[in-house]
Amino acid sequence: MPIPFLSIKNLSKRFGSLSANEAISLELYPAEVLALLGENGAGKTTLTKMLYGIYQPDEGELILAGSPVRFRSPADAIRHGIGFVSQHFSLVPSFTVAENVVLGREGSALLNKKVLNDKVRQTAEHFGLALDPTSLIRDLSVGEQQRVEILKSLYRNCQLLILDEPTAVLTPQDVDKLFETLRNLQNQGLSVIIITHKLEEAIAISQRVAVLRLGKLVGVEQTQNTNAKALAKLMVGRDSVPVTRNEQHHQEKTTVLAAKGLTVKDKRGLTTLDNVTLELHAGEVLGIAGVAGNGQTELVDILTGMLKPEKGQVLLAGKTLDLGNTRAFEVAGVGRIPEDRLKGVIADLSVAENLTLEHIPQFSKTGHLNAKAIRQEAENLITTFQIKAKPNDKTRTLSGGNIQKIILARTLSKNPSAVIAAQPTRGLDIGATNFVHEQLLAQKERGAGVLLLSEDLDEVLRLSDRILVIYGGKIVGEFMAAEAELETLGLLMAGSKDVAA
Amino acid sequence: MLRLERGSAPLWLRALLPIAAVLITFLLVSLAIWAAGANPLDVFYEMLIKPLSKRTSRLEILVQATPLILTGVAVTYAFAAGYYNIGAEGQLYAGALMGALVGPKLTSVPAFFAIIVMLLAGFLGGVLWALIPALLKVRLKVDEVVTTLLLNSVIVFFISALLNGVWRDPISGWPRSPAIAESAQFPSIISRSRVHLGFILAVLALLSLWWVLKRTRFGLELRASGLGKEAARFMGVPVAKTMLTAALISGGIAGLAGVSEVAGVHYYLIDGLSPGYGYTGIIVATFGGLQALGVAIAGLFLALVDTGALSASRALGIPAYLGDIVQATLLIVTLAVLLLNRYRIVRSKPMRKAP
Repeated sequence: MPIPFLSIKNLSKRFGSLSANEAISLELYPAEVLALLGENGAGKTTLTKMLYGIYQPDEGELILAGSPVRFRSPADAIRHGIGFVSQHFSLVPSFTVAENVVLGREGSALLNKKVLNDKVRQTAEHFGLALDPTSLIRDLSVGEQQRVEILKSLYRNCQLLILDEPTAVLTPQDVDKLFETLRNLQNQGLSVIIITHKLEEAIAISQRVAVLRLGKLVGVEQTQNTNAKALAKLMVGRDSVPVTRNEQHHQEKTTVLAAKGLTVKDKRGLTTLDNVTLELHAGEVLGIAGVAGNGQTELVDILTGMLKPEKGQVLLAGKTLDLGNTRAFEVAGVGRIPEDRLKGVIADLSVAENLTLEHIPQFSKTGHLNAKAIRQEAENLITTFQIKAKPNDKTRTLSGGNIQKIILARTLSKNPSAVIAAQPTRGLDIGATNFVHEQLLAQKERGAGVLLLSEDLDEVLRLSDRILVIYGGKIVGEFMAAEAELETLGLLMAGSKDVAA
Repeated sequence: MLRLERGSAPLWLRALLPIAAVLITFLLVSLAIWAAGANPLDVFYEMLIKPLSKRTSRLEILVQATPLILTGVAVTYAFAAGYYNIGAEGQLYAGALMGALVGPKLTSVPAFFAIIVMLLAGFLGGVLWALIPALLKVRLKVDEVVTTLLLNSVIVFFISALLNGVWRDPISGWPRSPAIAESAQFPSIISRSRVHLGFILAVLALLSLWWVLKRTRFGLELRASGLGKEAARFMGVPVAKTMLTAALISGGIAGLAGVSEVAGVHYYLIDGLSPGYGYTGIIVATFGGLQALGVAIAGLFLALVDTGALSASRALGIPAYLGDIVQATLLIVTLAVLLLNRYRIVRSKPMRKAP
């Protein structure tokens, strides 16, 4: 057995009452690629941020080459041979590759471009990275920019390289090149951690896979001794889910909301939402399951009127909606719960103002606000939805649960025919979560169609009648919730292709 | 260890902050006075107390406050909507220019109508000059801070060119525009004083600001746009349109400040009509907390500082620029102190050690 480069011993990190990492112990060996696998919120990022000195562990210790170390800052971690490549590059677009690589590590007050270029070229060649030190960052593709980030770490003599979801921003061809690079690094004796939630990738590149769930390390497997199914089960970590679903949903399939061929491209030209078509029926909860960053945000933004897609249309009860026009969506009867609740309310306005602004035409006459009607509406909604606040309180002072109640109250009280509920319980405590679930089920019983997008798979399984799986901007599977198998769902969510559909 | 934490400051502290800002400002300015070789206490007495003791200087403060309140209201409309209009100075000159163009032609028009025409002309001038950067902002997302600021110089030098060119008085050689008709002049509203109709205009502007921001749908949408653009859009507020409208209202009111100086004080357009009223308006709006009552108090206070600095310089032989120093320092201190609104001071617990 080789000597580990870094030993993680009982590392724990808490944020308030949330235990993000609990007593994690793991050894990292030289000349090895380790895949760190887990669902959203499993604690992958927290763990690596502790290794890179961004977070300080609450408990536990790190042993580097036999002696305990503490990283007080990223600079500290870099000095000890740790490199970190985040999803968001920190490169100066108008600088050359070499300039970006040596930035902060120039070595002398006067720069000799030729010497620096040569040094950078040597490092790049040594590790087999195809990069020209003199080209400008802004002329490079995303994959090449990522290579520069890797080179930056290597130039600083890193022994352990951590990559946070490096393939999320890459095209398939670039992914192949990245893996080639990582194999090179491994052959040079480096220890590599790759964070991912894609099973196929973990299997393709790693020698070992460590699986995190709910902050705990639930398994470390030799990659050659495991398979996608077993890993998916570890990652999702349960065979059955308690279903409290209301079974008596309407059998007639009246479509209330239909999306046709929705396609979105991001600034880099990558397709983030790819020809998504779906129908939401009256009296059902349609759940969308998927790992974050697979097009859910774009889908929510379109269906709440915030984003105008490149292609496609949205129909409510057969009528086309004016895309990108929030007022039109609201007036037509789309109830909207935004992904980020702080983008649904204005923190410095009062509770009453946030409760009525969305429907302000009803509370004003010839441009003049009807203060009495606003106050009355606010008091009504505060009582009905048990919001712990007074109408004139600044919304800033409310808890997350009460802010979410403001959003639910103002939109659900108007009896919308379709409800778009995005991450409706993210960050809420159990009491508030149950309240939100009850409200959504009440909407379904009333006959509204509820589209539920959530990163919490349990939530999707518990509330939905029907489930769609989204991966890579496409709908890759559809199930009746009662018949859905967790394993199959997990595999689809992780982009696995060997699913017997 | 004491530490700043994000969160709302307690109410009593928020009420005290403007007073703290003034005290800190005068402490800092004391250094400048001391460097100029005077006793700070004497200067502050001459500057802040003495002007209030005589009727003429008390009324003179109202004359000075007129353009400051108007530009303060103008800036508040824009800032509250999240549109950082630094161009009130230019918009003021645009309004003054329109007034100076229209004014001389109103000789045969009754005073009532002539004054209305003057007001409309001033408002329109400001709106037109504000339209350029506002459209650039809304349509092309060009930063308004840069465009509004730079357009100030454009119109100031354009007017200077007019005054020193076609408008130069052929007899006296003075660089000034033709005098406006007598009927277009703003009447004095207090006998034996220079306080003119413009002051009533300023009071009306303050009332309109209060009413619009607090009582109208447009005002609520305006504040929503300023406090959270994305959330406002989510709730169906037409953010771009609201911002554009606020920018134009802002320009129009700054234009009124310009026409009020032409028709109420000078009766023609001159170089240096405004010693930076548009910029001081930013201080008035910020120090006034973007609220009508605050703008009123801030406008009067800065007018007192302006008037007082002049008399203090005469009495004690110190530079009259002291007033500018007070105002500029006040802006910086106010901005710094207002940051505390968003924080509270907490005692931090010692960090737990890893076992």
